[in-house]
Amino acid sequence: MAVSTTSSTVMNNVEAVRATLYEAMKNDDRTIILGEDVGARGNVFLITKDFINEFGPQRVIDTPIAEASIVGIAVGMAMEGLRPIAEIQFADFIYPAFNQIVGEAAKTRYRSNGEYTCPLVIRTPYGGGVRGALSHSVSIEALFYHVPGLKIVAPAFPADVKGLLNAAIDDPDPVLFLEHKKTYRLIKGEVPDGHYTIPLGKASVLKEGTQLTVVSYGLYVHWALEAAQSLANEGMSIEVIDLRSIRPMDKGTILTSVEKTRKLLIVHEDNKFGGIGAEISAMVAEEALFHLDAPIRRHCAPDVPAMGYAEPLEHEYMSSPAKMAGAMRDLVKF
Amino acid sequence: MATTITMPQLGETVTEGTVAQWLKKVGDTVEKYEPFVEVSTDKVNAEVPSPVTGTIREVLVKEGETVATGAAIAVIDEVGAAPEAPPAAVAPAAAPAAAAAAPPSSNGHAAKTQAISAAAPATGGGTPDEALRAASPAVRRLAREHQIDVRAIIGTGANGRVTAEDVLTAAQMGPAAAVGQAIAVGTNFGATGAPASGTSTYGEPIPGTIVPLNQARRIIAQRMVESKHTAPHAWSMVEVDVTNLWKWRTREKDRFERETGYKLTLMPFFIRAVVESLAAFPLMNAKFTAEGIYVNKDVNIGIAIGLATNLVVPVVKHADQLSIKGLAIAGGELIEKARKGKLGVDDLAGGTFTVNNNGANGSYASAPIINAGQAGIVTMEAVVKKPVVLENDAIAVRSMMNCCLSLDHRVVDGYVASGFLADLKKRLEKMGPDGVL
Amino acid sequence: MAKTDTKTQTFARAGLTDEQLRQMLRNMLMQRQLDNRGFQLNRQGKVPFALGSEGHEALQAGAAMAFHRGKDILAPYYRDLGLALGIGLTPYEIMLSIFARADDHNGGRQFPNHYSSKAAGLMSFSSILAAHIPHAVGAAYAIQYRGEKGRAVLVTCGDGTTSEGEWHESMNFAAIHRLPLVMLVENNEWAISTPLDKQMAQPEIWKRAAGYGMPGVRFDGFDPIATYATVSEALDRARSGGGPTLVEGVCYRYLAHSTDDNDMTYRTKEEVAEHRKKDPVPRFEAVLIEQGVTSVDEIAAMKKDVLRETNEATDKAEAVPYPTPSELYTHLYEGAWQPWL
Repeated sequence: MAVSTTSSTVMNNVEAVRATLYEAMKNDDRTIILGEDVGARGNVFLITKDFINEFGPQRVIDTPIAEASIVGIAVGMAMEGLRPIAEIQFADFIYPAFNQIVGEAAKTRYRSNGEYTCPLVIRTPYGGGVRGALSHSVSIEALFYHVPGLKIVAPAFPADVKGLLNAAIDDPDPVLFLEHKKTYRLIKGEVPDGHYTIPLGKASVLKEGTQLTVVSYGLYVHWALEAAQSLANEGMSIEVIDLRSIRPMDKGTILTSVEKTRKLLIVHEDNKFGGIGAEISAMVAEEALFHLDAPIRRHCAPDVPAMGYAEPLEHEYMSSPAKMAGAMRDLVKF
Repeated sequence: MATTITMPQLGETVTEGTVAQWLKKVGDTVEKYEPFVEVSTDKVNAEVPSPVTGTIREVLVKEGETVATGAAIAVIDEVGAAPEAPPAAVAPAAAPAAAAAAPPSSNGHAAKTQAISAAAPATGGGTPDEALRAASPAVRRLAREHQIDVRAIIGTGANGRVTAEDVLTAAQMGPAAAVGQAIAVGTNFGATGAPASGTSTYGEPIPGTIVPLNQARRIIAQRMVESKHTAPHAWSMVEVDVTNLWKWRTREKDRFERETGYKLTLMPFFIRAVVESLAAFPLMNAKFTAEGIYVNKDVNIGIAIGLATNLVVPVVKHADQLSIKGLAIAGGELIEKARKGKLGVDDLAGGTFTVNNNGANGSYASAPIINAGQAGIVTMEAVVKKPVVLENDAIAVRSMMNCCLSLDHRVVDGYVASGFLADLKKRLEKMGPDGVL
Repeated sequence: MAKTDTKTQTFARAGLTDEQLRQMLRNMLMQRQLDNRGFQLNRQGKVPFALGSEGHEALQAGAAMAFHRGKDILAPYYRDLGLALGIGLTPYEIMLSIFARADDHNGGRQFPNHYSSKAAGLMSFSSILAAHIPHAVGAAYAIQYRGEKGRAVLVTCGDGTTSEGEWHESMNFAAIHRLPLVMLVENNEWAISTPLDKQMAQPEIWKRAAGYGMPGVRFDGFDPIATYATVSEALDRARSGGGPTLVEGVCYRYLAHSTDDNDMTYRTKEEVAEHRKKDPVPRFEAVLIEQGVTSVDEIAAMKKDVLRETNEATDKAEAVPYPTPSELYTHLYEGAWQPWL
C-alpha cells in the first residue's frame, strides 16, 4: 500500500466512503454515481450529500425504483467507457438485480473473450444490529461469492474502506463493495490522507496469537477482536484475521496462521449453512489437514432467513463479544 | 418507583445523541407519551415521549450535551396509578463496546453463553487406544515425525485429549532420563489454569494432595521401571584426585569462553577420559540382546541434562573422535538446544553410554539408573577439597571427586566394571595444566 | 445497370438510391442463405444448434441501412443475423460463431447468433432476454453524457422480450433522460410457442410508448423501405438530441424458434403457409424488378454470388481450429486465471 503522505484524519466508516467517492468524482470525469435517493437526498446515510450540487445531475443520478436496471444500465455505461458506481440502497433490495450482476456483469469479459469489459462498482450497505428486521439486515456475500467473474470486498475499518473502495473503482472488473451499516458511525479510525489503494485479496492480521486462529470480517471482526483481547486476561493467545476481501480471498494468510496455531474458528454474521465459512473450512481441510489439532468450527447465524425486529429476536440471531469469546475459549481448550 | 430514561437511538447506525432542549424541568409532572425532551442526532431531530406518568426527579444531561445511545439522561418518579411501565430503556440498541444499559432480556442469552463455555467436547481421553483413535491429524503427523507412540502420551487437552503440544513436549523428553533423584521442578507442560482442588503441581507440591501425572512424569516412570526390571543393576565407585585437572580447567576457561561463547566445565574433560576408557574396556560400550552382547562400534555419549521443566539426555555422536574442545562445543550446543526446547529426534537417539554430572546438584555419591539399551552409566559427583594422604604419606589438601558407575550385570561383572573405573581414574588424574584441549 | 432515380416517381423509396436498394436486397438474400446454411450444417451433424431468422429479412435490411457505421451502436438479440451483416459483420465472422472456432469474436464460448464486435459497434449480449436492454440504455447515457452528437443506440428485441421487467425499466429510464436510443421491436408474433394474445392484452406494442412519454410508431416489417424510413427517422431524432423512440415492425417467424423447437406442436402448417405468401424476400425482388432497379438475371447472379460467398465463408471458418482446452481459463478477469483451490 503506497501512501502519499504521512498525515491522516480520524473518521468513521461512512465518512470514509463519502470522502473516497468524492475524490473519485473529482479526479475522473468518467465516474458516475447512480441509485435511489443518491442525488437530492444525498443517500439515506448522507454519503453523497451535496454531490449533486457540485457534480451535477448527469453524474449523480436519482434513478427510479428499479434495481435490475440500476445495475443493468450501469453495466451498459461500463461497457461503453464510463466508470459507474451503482448503489443498491440496502443489500436486502439487491435480488431483482441478481441476473445483471451474476449473469451479465460477471460474464461480460468472459463471454466476449475479452472484447468487452465491465469496470463496475456496486455499493450496498448490509448487516444487522440496527433493529433493521428482516429486510434491512441481511448479509448477501454468500449468494455472490460463488460466481467467477465477480469480486467482493467487505472492509471493517475506515482506512480499509478508503483503500479498498479506491481499488474497486480502479478495478477493470465488476466489484461488489459491501459496507456494514452498523459500522458506519460506530467504527472510527485513522485514515491516511491522499490517494491510496489496498489490493483486493489481502487479509489483515489484527492481532497475533499462537493458540487459535479466528477469521472474520465486517462488524463481527470488531467483536471478535474484543473477545480475543478479553481472553488474553485468561492467558489465551488468539490470532484474529480480518478477511477484508471475500473474492478474491487471502488463502496464504489463513493457511500461515492455521499452520502456526493448529486451530481455526470462522466467525461471520451470515448464516452458517453455505456461508463463507464453509468454503474456508473446505480449503483448510484440503490444504492443511495435518496441521489441524481440532475440528474447524464456524460461529455463524442460525438457519433462519434474518433477524427479527423484536429485540430478543435480533439478539438471538446475532452474536456478541461474549458469545464469540465462549466459542473461542472452547476451541482453545479443545 | 424511579424510572431511568436513557438516550434513544434515533435512526439506524446512530450511536449518540444531543439533548437539544428540556421540555420539562425537575419537579414538573409528565404524562405517559407526553414529550419531555427534544433530542437531535446528525440524521434527525425528535421529541422524546415519556414512557411513564410521573414527576421529573432528576435531569442528568445538560442542554447541548452529547451522550452515547443508551446513556441515562433523566429519572422520573412514577405515579402509582400508571399501568405497568415498559422497561426503562427506551429502545436503545446496546453498542457492542458500551457497558451501559444492557437490556434486561440479556439474562437468557448470558446463561447460554455460560452453558456454551461450560460444555466440554466429548473427545480424546479414556484408554490409550481411544487416545490413538481420537488423535487429530496434527497429533498423528507429529507423532509420526518424532517416532512417538501416541498411546504413551498423557493428554492435557479437554477430557484428557492428547494435543499437538503434548506430542512436541514428549519429543523433547527423548529416551529415558538416567537419574533417580529429584530432577525437574515446576513441570508446566502447556496446561492452562490452576489445578483442580485436591491436587498440586510438581513444581509446588502441597502435602495431602495429589500431583497429577503429566506425560513427562509418566514417561520417566515407565522408563525407569523398564530399565530397573530388565537390567540387574550393580554399583561401584572410585575417588578421583582432580586437583590438576581443576587447575587446567581454571587456566583455560576464560579464553575458551571468549573464543567459543560456551562455558568450559569439567564435563568435556570427563567425557574425553570416559571415551578413552571405553576404548580400553569395550564391553562397557555394549548392549545386552537375546542374540548376545552387541559391542557398539560407535561411541555416542549421552549427557543427562536436568532443566526446569524437562529432563533430557541429548547425545554427542562419535564422541571418541572429538577433542576436549570439540566435546565442550558439542556439549554446549546440545545444552543450549535443550534449554530452548529445540532438541530434535536425531539429538536424542543413538546413545551407547551415558554420563551424568550429578555433582552440580551437590551430590557426593549416587546410584543412577541405566539408560535402557546401554551397559552402564557413570557420574561425576561434587568436587570437594579434602585432606588426603599422598604416595609419600604426606597429608595434603586436594580436590577430590567421586565417580559412580551403575552397570548392567548381564553384560559386565565387577572385573570389567572396576577395571573401567580404575582406568578412568588414572586418566583423569593424569590430566593437568600442560594438556591440550 | 443502375437506373436513375427520376424513373421512380410513384415508387416510395425514402430517398434511397438504386445502389442502396440493391444493397438491401443482397443483405436479405445473404441473411436467408446464411440462415439456411446453419440448418444444413446442423442436419449434416456438423453443428449442434441452429437458430433461424426467416421472415425478418426486410426488417433487418432496412434497419441496417439506417444505421450509421462507425458512429451508431447496435445492441441486438440473437435473431438479428441480417442486422449484424447489415452493419458490417462478414459471413466469415458469422460462420466462425456457428462453428464455435477459436477466431470467433467470442472465442467459441457463446451459442451461435450471439454476435459481438467492438469494431463494428455491436454490443456483446447473453442469451437472457431483455438483459441487454438496460445495457443499451447505459451506452446511450454514455453517449449523451459525453455530448457526442450524431450518435445513437439502436436496440432490438422480439415481441416476447417486451414482457420482461427490464424492458419496461429501460424504456422508462430512456424516456426520463431523453436518451439517444431507438427501441426496435421485431414483432414476429411468436415467443417460442406463445402467441401474441397470450403475451399481452394490448397487441400493438408501439402504443406503450405514450405510457413512457416517448413517441411510438408501427410499420410493416415486411417492407424494407418502410422499415428504413421509420428507423432512420427515429435514429435521426435520437442523434440530434430529440430523445428515444419505440418503433415496432410487424413481421413473422416462418421457422420454429430453433433446432430445439418443433413448431407444429403449437401452430399449423396452414397458418405458416398463409404468412409465407407475404414472404418479404421474393416480394422485394419483385418490387425492385418492377421498378427497374434490378433484373431477373441480375438477381440470379446476385444469388449465385451470395452462395459463393457463403460457401467460401463456410469452408474458411470450418478450417479454423476449435479453441484449445486451455482457453477455458482466459479472460475471466484482467490478468491470469487464479483459482482459489
